[in-house]
Amino acid sequence: MFLRFDIPYSTFDSFFTTHTEMDTTDNPLNSQASLPIAPSWFRDGALASWPICFGYIPIGLALGVLASQAGLPAWGVAMMSILVFAGSAQFICVAMLAAGASAWSIILTTLAVNLRHFLMSSALAVHLSGVRRLFLSLFAYGITDESFAVNMTRFRDGEWDRMRAITTNQLANLAWVVSTTCGALLGQFIPIGAFGTDYALTAMFLALLIFQLHDRIYIFTGIASLAIAVLWYLLIPGDSYIIGASVSAATLGYSLKRYREKRR
Amino acid sequence: MNFVDYLFLFGGMGLVTYIPRWLPLFYLAHRGLPQWLIDWLSLIPVAILTALLAPILFTDQSARSLELGKPELLVAIPTLIFALKTKSLGGTVLVGMGLYWITGIFLT
Repeated sequence: MFLRFDIPYSTFDSFFTTHTEMDTTDNPLNSQASLPIAPSWFRDGALASWPICFGYIPIGLALGVLASQAGLPAWGVAMMSILVFAGSAQFICVAMLAAGASAWSIILTTLAVNLRHFLMSSALAVHLSGVRRLFLSLFAYGITDESFAVNMTRFRDGEWDRMRAITTNQLANLAWVVSTTCGALLGQFIPIGAFGTDYALTAMFLALLIFQLHDRIYIFTGIASLAIAVLWYLLIPGDSYIIGASVSAATLGYSLKRYREKRR
Repeated sequence: MNFVDYLFLFGGMGLVTYIPRWLPLFYLAHRGLPQWLIDWLSLIPVAILTALLAPILFTDQSARSLELGKPELLVAIPTLIFALKTKSLGGTVLVGMGLYWITGIFLT
């Protein structure tokens, strides 16, 4: 969850609101300005999504370049971004394809990596109660770490609704599909490893890791997972170390949390 | 890989990504998850990220043996500090790439 978005969009919004109020006074034909529910859901959704889109462009380009260097065609990258729409899982997929992993192990790893959305979807359900199930099914497609962080903050602040939230999700999705596809098209002209693109994946994981360290239990879980993963990787062939280490470490971390709560 | 192989792979990935995003929203609405599951699931992202990073930072992946002091590990330290100070995902990716690129030039 990337709370760095908080400051830029709030300042940008207040600027924008003042500006549009001036516009409506200049235009007497704009009768919608007095409606209790603002009709400008698209504009509000777009304003909330721009920091996400801005963050997606370099990562999307990097993913496209890496995918193209791993041998994926540009249409394959577009297909992956449309069908999956999950940044870290797509990076892992590219890394695993480059290492010659099987489709089944990639799908299983994707499931393990994206199980976290289960929590985000549960938290969002509170703000979308009573909404039609068809809409919920469409909305679910756009739940990512970034859109979750932005939409949850907006829902808590109030004056946010399902149309604004889905606009934010879908504009972010569009930015993702376009930037990854452009990266794949450009990738054919960029030599392998140029400008440190080899390290884009690692740097993104490092940043996401830092954002996840909320308290000591999380730090303990991370260290446990690191130790288990290194041992598992050295001793057991294949890529089962990802699921093996993460499930064991989360269980250890959870046990420590329970143990500390009981002792209190 | 041909079109059908990619369709199977990405369709499968899409399905296992969509289900966890869809299921709670569709069914749980007001009813929350059991607390133990919420607590356990909240530790999963940290655990997965470190598990993914572990062999990249601490092992020689072609020989599959322990290796300390790789450029990947050395670059990770300033990259982590940058992420901690700025909380910026895009910025960290660019800084990490830049540092790794410069390190590569100095080492060769």
